[in-house]
Amino acid sequence: MTTVEFTTPAAYNAPLTAADLSEKITVRGLDFYYGDNRALKNVNISLYKSCVTAFIGPSGCGKSTLLRVLNRMYDLYPNQRATGHVTLDGEDILLPSQDLNLLRSKVGMVFQKPTPFPMTIYENIAFGIRLYEKLPKSELDDRVKSALERSALWNEVKDKLNANGLSLSGGQQQRLCIARTVAVRPEVILFDEPCSALDPISTAKIEELISELTDDYTIGIVTHNMQQAARVSDFTAFMYLGELIEFGETSRMFTNPNDRRTQDYITGRFG
Amino acid sequence: MALYDTRRRRNNIAMGLSVGATVFGLAWLVLILAVLLWKGFSGLSLAVFTQMTPPPGSDGGLLNPIMGSLLMTAIAVAIGTPLGILAGTYMAEYGRYDKLTIVVRFINDILLSAPSIVIGLFIYEIMVAKMGHFSGWAGAVALAVIVVPVVVRTTEDMLILVPDTLREAAASIGLPRSLMIRRVAYRAARAGMVTGVLLAVARISGETAPLLFTALNNQFWSLNLNAPVASLPVVIFQFALSPYEDWQRLAWTGALIITFAVLALSITARALTGRKSA
Repeated sequence: MTTVEFTTPAAYNAPLTAADLSEKITVRGLDFYYGDNRALKNVNISLYKSCVTAFIGPSGCGKSTLLRVLNRMYDLYPNQRATGHVTLDGEDILLPSQDLNLLRSKVGMVFQKPTPFPMTIYENIAFGIRLYEKLPKSELDDRVKSALERSALWNEVKDKLNANGLSLSGGQQQRLCIARTVAVRPEVILFDEPCSALDPISTAKIEELISELTDDYTIGIVTHNMQQAARVSDFTAFMYLGELIEFGETSRMFTNPNDRRTQDYITGRFG
Repeated sequence: MALYDTRRRRNNIAMGLSVGATVFGLAWLVLILAVLLWKGFSGLSLAVFTQMTPPPGSDGGLLNPIMGSLLMTAIAVAIGTPLGILAGTYMAEYGRYDKLTIVVRFINDILLSAPSIVIGLFIYEIMVAKMGHFSGWAGAVALAVIVVPVVVRTTEDMLILVPDTLREAAASIGLPRSLMIRRVAYRAARAGMVTGVLLAVARISGETAPLLFTALNNQFWSLNLNAPVASLPVVIFQFALSPYEDWQRLAWTGALIITFAVLALSITARALTGRKSA
């Protein structure tokens, strides 16, 4: 029997000084509409470089919607629109002139359900790399290997790189999706409830992975699991009915929230 | 308990009716296959596949109609499949929320159920009448018109079954839509799309009416598509209605060949879809 320890490196919950922080993504006055339904109301928030920001709140509060604005995933669908300003390194990504494929190569996303492509494990990762770089075979092999190592999957799949990605277990598939995202070398990675379809051991592996990824990436994660938010994030945003109620350092948010509603939610009184 | 007994009795009656209806339906199919085997199997020989259709009273085979059917079917699929896949792809991927898609889907459904004789007459008007003679090309185009709506429908249906999460995943690594469709969506929907093409082939390989008005028939060996071309269904039609016994025998054999070819295609299509859902 394996025991799972949910430990977080102490550094992640240590107080951060303002000097350490630089804004990677800045959201100002963001409204979002599904048709006529206003799902986000005047949201202002910053995602800091090399930090993990967790989004918590009851179902339907708009946390996934907010995440999907950051890489303009909503653009795939009609009747969804965002107004306001969202900047990535100072560039407004909501402008119609924004190249969406370029944006998404910089802001990657991992979804709730594992979504490997219907191809081999190797191809799942090489596919994304080839989109942006023409590499000789040996170099491509190295990149695939390092992406799989990065997502702690290499040891489990190194002997079956030509097996179909769909033949892996749920947790392995999710790590494959993370490897696929990492392989493209984004600057930001968004996780939309990445563990809600996984067992506790797989969940622990993914959380560990997220902690390791913060060295190189800015991370946003939507989660229903408050312990998870507390474990993996540096900053936490509490959302309710389309509004950002409170945003701050995770250590403070979970011990000494300013808003009554945040307090009620994290103590499990509603949601 | 009375309530339970009544319900059980009702269930038995409904069950009995359902089984009865199934047996009734299947019985005809079994009967048709049995008669085909009985009448057609004895005529099956190497000569059927190597010799031309004979004049009444002499020996011969079905080589020219078999080749004619294969040729026209192949051309019809070659014309109809790309058109159908492109249209289905537009409807499922690019224009899923457009009004145009609703209109195209509606018209496509009408075309799907259009009587094939009407399609034959249509091609007769725009090709045969204009060219002044029956031709294999006209036959192939008439069959292609039947292929298109079948392929459009299955392509659209199969692509819609591909989950949006997969499309989002593709977009999330910056994949342009055209690549997402070709490399991800088509791959996920491949089995179903191939099935659609196989079903279209099965459908046109037995069509007689559109060919009567277009390719007509040819007693001799000819793969010239600018001239009338023989086909199995038309030869069966002609030979079966003739007063000559040897022609009628060949018609039975031809019917057997078509039926089992179509059966084999359908089973292949089934197997492919089955594997996909598994």
